[in-house]
Amino acid sequence: MTVAAVETKISPSTTRLGPDTVAILAFAVLALIAFFLPDGVLPAWMTELPPRFRIGLDTAVSAVLKWLVEDASFGLFTFKEMTRGFAQVLNVPLDIATSILSTGLREGRGSAAVQLAPPLPWIAVVGVVSALGYRFGGWRLAALAGGAFLYLAVFGQWESAMLTLSSIVVAAPLGVAAGLVTGVIGYRVPAFRRFITPVLDLMQTVSTFAYLIPILFLFGFGPVAAMIATIIYALPPMVRVTMAALEGVPREIVEYGTMAGTTPRQMIMKVMLPAARPQLLVGVNQVIMLSLNMVIIASMIGAGGLGFDVLTSLRRLDIGRGLESGLAIVVLAIALDRLSQAYADGARKRGAEGDLKPFLLALVAFVAVTYVLGLFVPFVATYPEALQISTAPWWSEAVRWINVNFFDAFDAVKTFFLLNLLLPVKRFMMAQPWPLVAAALGYAGWRLGGVRLAVLVVSLALFPVLNGQWEITMMTVYLCGLSVLFAALIGIPIGIYAGLSPRAWRVIEPVIDTLQTLPSFVYLIPAVMLFRVGDFTAMLAIILYALAPSVRYAAHGIRQVPPMLIEAGTSMGCTPRQSLTRIQLPVALPTILLGINQTVMLALSMLVITALVGTRDLGQQVYMALTKADTGKGLVAGLCVAAIAIVADRLINAGAARLAAQRSGGGDAA
Amino acid sequence: MTNATLVCRNLWKLYGPEPERFMEKHGPSPSEAALKSAGQVTAVADASLTIERGEIFVIMGLSGSGKSTLVRCLSRLIEPTSGEVIFEGVDLLKASPEDLIELRRHKMGMVFQHFALLPHLSVLDNVAFPLEIRGVGRREREKPAREMIELVGLQGRENYLPYQLSGGQQQRVGIARSLITNPDVWFLDEPFSALDPLIRREMQNEFMRLQDALHKTIVFITHDFEEAVRVGDRIAIMREGRVVQVGTPEDLVRSPADDYVAEFTRDAPRSKIFSARAIMRAPKAGEAIAGLIPAASKVREFAARVDSSELPFGVADESGQQIGVVDRRAVMSVLVSAWERA
Repeated sequence: MTVAAVETKISPSTTRLGPDTVAILAFAVLALIAFFLPDGVLPAWMTELPPRFRIGLDTAVSAVLKWLVEDASFGLFTFKEMTRGFAQVLNVPLDIATSILSTGLREGRGSAAVQLAPPLPWIAVVGVVSALGYRFGGWRLAALAGGAFLYLAVFGQWESAMLTLSSIVVAAPLGVAAGLVTGVIGYRVPAFRRFITPVLDLMQTVSTFAYLIPILFLFGFGPVAAMIATIIYALPPMVRVTMAALEGVPREIVEYGTMAGTTPRQMIMKVMLPAARPQLLVGVNQVIMLSLNMVIIASMIGAGGLGFDVLTSLRRLDIGRGLESGLAIVVLAIALDRLSQAYADGARKRGAEGDLKPFLLALVAFVAVTYVLGLFVPFVATYPEALQISTAPWWSEAVRWINVNFFDAFDAVKTFFLLNLLLPVKRFMMAQPWPLVAAALGYAGWRLGGVRLAVLVVSLALFPVLNGQWEITMMTVYLCGLSVLFAALIGIPIGIYAGLSPRAWRVIEPVIDTLQTLPSFVYLIPAVMLFRVGDFTAMLAIILYALAPSVRYAAHGIRQVPPMLIEAGTSMGCTPRQSLTRIQLPVALPTILLGINQTVMLALSMLVITALVGTRDLGQQVYMALTKADTGKGLVAGLCVAAIAIVADRLINAGAARLAAQRSGGGDAA
Repeated sequence: MTNATLVCRNLWKLYGPEPERFMEKHGPSPSEAALKSAGQVTAVADASLTIERGEIFVIMGLSGSGKSTLVRCLSRLIEPTSGEVIFEGVDLLKASPEDLIELRRHKMGMVFQHFALLPHLSVLDNVAFPLEIRGVGRREREKPAREMIELVGLQGRENYLPYQLSGGQQQRVGIARSLITNPDVWFLDEPFSALDPLIRREMQNEFMRLQDALHKTIVFITHDFEEAVRVGDRIAIMREGRVVQVGTPEDLVRSPADDYVAEFTRDAPRSKIFSARAIMRAPKAGEAIAGLIPAASKVREFAARVDSSELPFGVADESGQQIGVVDRRAVMSVLVSAWERA
């Protein structure tokens, strides 16, 4: 987001407009001057600090990691042996899950392996999934879940999908368990909580690729390393949900636990965790979805499955195959999301599950029968290849046809945007010297949240400067800012419309629900399909991915306007239009701002992934570091992305909080 | 040893900067000015109460008067800033965490305003929960749990989950659960406040019926003076953290300590509160009487009889000795004064 944009956004919120208006104008004029100054007029240190002033974090990190891996030792064993040992332990459950779902029990390794027992037949898996769907949500969910898995079989994605599923089946429970334990400790020990909260903030804003690199270093290349990355990625929300859920247990229930004479351990295990179960299950759903998202990204460090298929297709620009695998991911994501959500919803009501035993017995019996049957009837074991449908050629053909007939049109659109919007904005951002940007951010921080916020924002702005990443950070800000701008311009009006019309909301809600379910990876495919690689393509993918919160928050903001206020307006003779612009929008503005905040966060996380389609920004920096296994560089670039995210988050939140406070306080004054 | 079950002396609960240090510095009873200048908010100020074995002791006050905080200090759910709480001769504030757990498991029961049932457990498991955490096996704990469920009239609903019950039924579970350990002191924190008026009345009656059979020592919190009068043997009225007055309902109505108490008692149902003893006058020499009324009986119980009789009634003490008379005039003055005030 550009500095000027931040400034104008806050201007209506400030009560004393005078000095702020002057300051904003001054910053705008200075920014324009910086833009129009010919090259070389500004001293070079203003765009990039010379190396001798940098803090050298990247080389330091690399050195530490190198020392850890090569020299560190605990006496009996080395650090590397410890991490590799840890990886081997984790490999056991993953191996079992993979054997059951995908490869079967094998003797030996690689191509010399001999299959001792086949994996679960596809019919068994489809049956189990449908049965779970029926139990959690009735026939409709059974049909949806069963249908989804049937789709995977029919369209030839079974093997990859089961590989992906097996890493989720292992990663998600481990992530949930680790998150629960961390969350409980955070709840019980305030000092630990104060330590963990900023760490969680950082973990959620650092770009995902950034911690693939140290993991690659410590745990080696392969499915286990990918799974560890997945668990780390999916962990923070579970920790947060656990802490919030425990805090949210009604005071009286905790008091009852005390009065009943529970020990501290009984209090957690028998009173608080069970009482918080519905909220905790929401966290479980999040862990599953994030695991799925990350499993795909993690295919870069050795996870096989659908993500690997998409990745290789994208690299070869084999749109048809990529699209097919991408669709399979979408289908898998929707099925897992609906299943876990239905389970969580049901947990609110369902209690003593008396009839669980016969259900489980029937399930086990079904699996056993199909398994034995599968040993003799190949059709039961594996979906016959002859009946598989591949849409890849069809998609490739469609894309070819589009490109043949519409290439000029698409290219014209792309060129138009590149020449008239993207390139000028990029040049404008690149021309900004860091002292000016830091000053403007500091001013915004000071006006919105006081001295502490100003200090925080300025130090975060200086982080890329001190690490010699200023230009590339501004490049990131440009792409992210433009994408957020478009996402907001498209999303907020849709959200407002959905907020005003319940009928529209019924259509829009499932669409944005689904948009949010899909792993970020998937959004690249159609964008690349139509517009090839480059900034414009990346922007499209980011807009698609980051759109949902803008819509959702805007709709929520409009709907939560007290009806009383609208009635008051109507009774004073407001037209519907006036009611919207004079009452509903101003009241909803703080909420809408929070939606933009979420959009910024999603845009930044997507940005890194777009490095795959050839952008030149921090994302690319991290991606390059990943391919070269350069931990220091990758981590520094990742932290720069985190710095952008935290600056945007704190400023927007402070602005929204101020607006909201003014709204509620202003009523008395007026 | 006296008959007191629970005693608190000079109990303070302050919310502010370093409240313990403040109390050490300013002695047992700091002045309002000192409290204010130190930025201390008083939740409970200098409360001293003695709760006798077997009585229903009501703590009544409006919201924010500190009654909930006080009862939580008595059970040490909240740590008091200073003062003493003596429970059956044991200084509760000096008890170790382990001792507290033991005390609570065996000697205390508590009922909550919003029931505080564990949402994931059935009625049976909720009632058996206090035994479960004591390590009692499933079979041994289910028998007493079923008995308690029957006692509160919920038999047949053992396998329901809390959300499947009405508010009144949920509170019955809360009551059964708090009684299963046969506690010595029973804390009830606004137990019926979250219920509809009709259900509330029914539950109050049920509560009185239970107490007639159990004779528990009870600390009962309410903000409803009428409820306090209905259930309480003695009532403590709280205002801004301080105990303003302690007495029987009759004491409070007849001689309110200040305007605040008077304001509460203004609309109190006097005919249900005043006894014959309270309104009787000395008999005139050779005065004929229509019959005898026990001294403890309430005006409401004999008003009709006195009203329909030309002659006054005699008032008899426990031994049957006549100690005074009540006439139509005395009865009318109780009934009418309520009218006039309203």
